[in-house]
Amino acid sequence: MADVILKADDLFKHYPIKGGVLRRTVGHVRAVDGVSFELNRGETLGIVGESGCGKSTLGRVLMRLEEPTSGTVNFDGVDMFSQSGSTMRKLRRDIQIVFQDPYTSLNPRKTVGDIIAEPFEIHPDVVPKGGRKKAVQELLEMVGLNPEHINRYPHQFSGGQRQRIGIARGIALRPKVLICDEPVSALDVSVQAQVINLMEKLQDELGLSYIFIAHDLSVVRHISDRVGVMYLGRMVELGTEEEIYQRPTHPYTQALLSAVPVPDPTMRGKREQIVLTGDVPSPANPPSGCRFHTRCFKAQDRCKVDDPELIARPDGVAEHRSACLFAEPRVIVETTDVTDVEHDSRFATTEVVDFDDFADDSGLMPADAFATADRSQSVDETEGPLDRPSNTHGPVDDEPLEKRGPRV
Amino acid sequence: MTDTIAATVAPGAAGDDVGEARSLTQDAWRSLKKNKMFWISVALIGVFVLMAIWPSLFTSKDPGFGDINNVRATPSAEHWFGTDTQGYDIYARTIYGARASIIVGILASLTTLLLGGVLGVLAGFYGGWLDALLSRITDIFYAIPLILGGILFMASFPNGANSNYFVVVGKVVLVLTVFGWPTIARLMRSSVLQVKPNEYVLAARALGASPWRIIRSHILPNALAPAIVVATINLGVFIVVEATLSFLGIGLTPPAISWGVAISDALNAIRTYPHILLFPSLFLSLAVLAFILLGDAVRDAFDPKSR
Amino acid sequence: MTTTTTSSAPVSDYKPDADGRLLEVDDLHVEFHTQEGVAKAINGVSFDLHQGETLAILGESGSGKSVTAQAVMGILDMPPAVIPSGAIRYCGQDLLTMPEEQRRKMRGPEISMIFQDALSSLNPTFPVGWQIGEMFRQHRGMNKSDAYAQAVRLMERVAIPAAKERVKQYPHQFSGGMRQRIMIAMAIALDPAVLIADEPTTALDVTVQAQIMALLAELQEERQMGLILITHDLGVVADVADRAAVMYAGRIVAKAGIDDLYARPAHPYTRGLLESIPRLDQKGQTLAAIGGLPPNLTRIPAGCAFNPRCRMAQDVCRTDVPALRDVGQQKSACHFAEEVLNG
Ligand SMILES: Nc1ncnc2c1ncn2[C@@H]1O[C@H](COP(=O)(O)OP(=O)(O)OP(=O)(O)O)[C@@H](O)[C@H]1O
Ligand SMILES: Nc1ncnc2c1ncn2[C@@H]1O[C@H](COP(=O)(O)OP(=O)(O)O)[C@@H](O)[C@H]1O
Ligand code: SF4
Ligand code: SF4
Ligand SMILES: [Mg+2]
Ligand SMILES: [Mg+2]
Repeated sequence: MADVILKADDLFKHYPIKGGVLRRTVGHVRAVDGVSFELNRGETLGIVGESGCGKSTLGRVLMRLEEPTSGTVNFDGVDMFSQSGSTMRKLRRDIQIVFQDPYTSLNPRKTVGDIIAEPFEIHPDVVPKGGRKKAVQELLEMVGLNPEHINRYPHQFSGGQRQRIGIARGIALRPKVLICDEPVSALDVSVQAQVINLMEKLQDELGLSYIFIAHDLSVVRHISDRVGVMYLGRMVELGTEEEIYQRPTHPYTQALLSAVPVPDPTMRGKREQIVLTGDVPSPANPPSGCRFHTRCFKAQDRCKVDDPELIARPDGVAEHRSACLFAEPRVIVETTDVTDVEHDSRFATTEVVDFDDFADDSGLMPADAFATADRSQSVDETEGPLDRPSNTHGPVDDEPLEKRGPRV
Repeated sequence: MTDTIAATVAPGAAGDDVGEARSLTQDAWRSLKKNKMFWISVALIGVFVLMAIWPSLFTSKDPGFGDINNVRATPSAEHWFGTDTQGYDIYARTIYGARASIIVGILASLTTLLLGGVLGVLAGFYGGWLDALLSRITDIFYAIPLILGGILFMASFPNGANSNYFVVVGKVVLVLTVFGWPTIARLMRSSVLQVKPNEYVLAARALGASPWRIIRSHILPNALAPAIVVATINLGVFIVVEATLSFLGIGLTPPAISWGVAISDALNAIRTYPHILLFPSLFLSLAVLAFILLGDAVRDAFDPKSR
Repeated sequence: MTTTTTSSAPVSDYKPDADGRLLEVDDLHVEFHTQEGVAKAINGVSFDLHQGETLAILGESGSGKSVTAQAVMGILDMPPAVIPSGAIRYCGQDLLTMPEEQRRKMRGPEISMIFQDALSSLNPTFPVGWQIGEMFRQHRGMNKSDAYAQAVRLMERVAIPAAKERVKQYPHQFSGGMRQRIMIAMAIALDPAVLIADEPTTALDVTVQAQIMALLAELQEERQMGLILITHDLGVVADVADRAAVMYAGRIVAKAGIDDLYARPAHPYTRGLLESIPRLDQKGQTLAAIGGLPPNLTRIPAGCAFNPRCRMAQDVCRTDVPALRDVGQQKSACHFAEEVLNG
């Protein structure tokens, strides 16, 4: 049996809807509506689903940024929601969060040093006062940024660099679990890969467990060991990466997978397309029975009445949890295993250090930056001699934040 | 084409202005420094504040000495601005009158900022019933015009015949605070509501930061700018209200010296000796203008869109 | 249904040339004059578009995709934007030298555009039907009720259920995907020959994205529109485009037929991008990143703008700007394009 670090049991989070002149409660948005799962030590659990299905709410409830309407979370043997005061504060060290938007997740009026040192100020016993600057610099180095930039302000960094700062703050207290709410969604693809690699490296080094919330199924496949699929506040399928991507049994998962475009024009027209009609129903008034029945291509009369439970159901090879009365495996994506395929280091790098953050620094030549980077390399890589010149002064992007919208 | 690019991007030139750390405040300061209006208003305000603190620096005349033999004199070398109906030197009285206006303006601005700020932050940050309660109270006070409130209050609690100068100033400040805070509170509440959902606030909560810490280090620094701007502009308004109350005889009253009192006195002789009215009014307008200009400059500086 | 409108529509004064070419952008330059200096957003972009063709413009944020689109549409804010040189020819006529009035009349019936953010591109204070109908009232002088009828027809065409009932609803009453459909309805209202879609699905879920892309493809087929699809999503491009142009720092650095672009990329940047995307159909993939950042457009590096991030860069890359030249079946702006293509 795997070593469970976090276990959520029947979590509910309903937000009241106020209406009328008297602002009475006229209904509830059932943002999270009965979610149970477990997270194993050292693993990454991906959570996917369409916008508004309750992913972020789940993350915030797990962080106890919001109190759940009901349900329990057992964190490393402790019932999280019954803790208070100093025990809760202590618990907060062990579970941290990284946000989606690198532009609003850092206080614009604080230096990077202050931002990353804040965890130490709130938990002063972790690092003695004298050692904080050093600790912050170590953290910057861990996330591949130039430790000398401790006095800069967030707007002097690019989106990817800011996301690294957010990660540094998240891991400052050496948590056991890091909840990542769409940590790479706002980043350009060329930057996204580096942040993903960084997160994988940190997971290995620090033994972190991740809950990785995202809507991009390709990214989730890449980073996750197990995956949960959410629809309208419920978990509809939960299994290993292989189970979810290679033999999904829930029609919603199948439809989601079929909608993801694959960057390969030769596949055009050859892939099975399951087009979902209609919109996601309102979470204030979810459909009866199986919540997916209004859009499901397999729906039967029974589906309108019976609410399928998330239980193990056969998937052709073994079984995994799925909430469909007619669960049936169906191959949506033909998977190729490319574990052994060498990547071509002439065009892209698996390196996680942000060279750009070193490049403009007069004290540290880019060549040194590359060298440092090489030493801290975590991924084995048969890389030829670096043909990157040693005298380049990379152009520095100091475009202020306002202009550099995410991914626009 | 190639050449121009090469020329503009000399190697090494790339990172020039990158090392320089700039926060929003610093950005604001940079643009303030370039603003002529800012410097003009600062100079004017500097002079007025100096007048308030140290009037004898500007005049050696005693504002309390009335020369009965030389009333309503027109400006001369002896009396720069002339003398008023009781033979007081108008220049000296205008200088000494600055004190009341400046004290009332600055104190009332600070107290409204404090009271309105605290209530606005509480309402915005905690929300719920506290917000509902505070917002209703704010609305009630907001509905009463400042001048009307001032007149009602001062008329209901008239000054005694020999009320102490500072007691009267204190009363005026009090009434301005009581009726002036809602503007700031509403503004503060809405900027707190804007800042609160930012993920850096969530991140601090996730770290277990106390509400006080979150307010102090995340909410306030990001929400204060608009309130400061309005408080600066309000300063001018408060000076006007003080003058009005004094003019109506329910604010500062003689023997206290203030621009409002001077203007009120001058009205008796407005047709024949307009200069008696001219000088205190001019100073009053200049002081108000200076603070409004300063407020405008500060607002522009904090608004990234104006850059 | 569609044929009725097409026949009732006034006959266009513009005719594509013999090989069906609608649009030709020739050495376009766009600059932004800002306080921080001159940002060279577009530095010599050329491409053309034929009837019934989908051209994808790919690139990271800030590479100049939207500015290119806005320049073609003629909706750039000038100032701060300046177009120092270049030509944009629509059916042989240069749009840049055309009187504004004439150009304005072309927006809608000849060239139209869909934006990324459907919520902010629709006016919240008018019913959607009114906004769609506006196109007909403005350009065709239709009366209110006819315009509403047209709006219903278009909303049905873009598959909005209960169009008749919903035509008088306001934008906020529709979901993101439906708002994007309404934007599309407005864009195709007057049967344009060229449709520019600037990241039409970036803000949407994959399921909705699939619906919208399918709808666009269908409409294009039906009307033989030339479609310029601006996106950063290599998956979407692979699914729908015929040709693609890859932009970097305001230049097109690679241009290729869609199969070549993915199977035989001839530019290091394209290859880097392809290596950096996680793929749904692969497991155990080593993700690699290009690293670094695109340049600040006020200080584009000398030589090849990509050189600070390029792992193949040599001395020549720091001095000479590589021209966009033929390499095999495609075009690439790299001094070592052959090596990239063959290696
Ligand atoms: N404070 C709140 N009050 C009322 N409703 C809320 C609140 N927060 C979230 N909701 C609702 O709960 C549902 C789930 O929201 P949530 O933010 O968790 O979605 P999500 O899966 O993270 O979506 P996205 O992919 O867009 O981030 C939505 O319908 C949302 O409108
Ligand atoms: N109004 C403007 N003023 C100044 N710079 C602008 C303006 N609009 C766009 N730019 C700049 O032009 C460049 C290209 O922008 P854009 O075409 O929007 O990029 P994208 O490829 O992401 O669509 C960016 O650096 C952007 O900051
Ligand atoms: S239970 Fe019925 S409606 Fe629900 S997913 Fe299964 S088949 Fe579809
Ligand atoms: S020209 Fe040089 S720097 Fe530019 S892409 Fe080719 S190899 Fe890289
Ligand atoms: Mg979310
Ligand atoms: Mg864009």
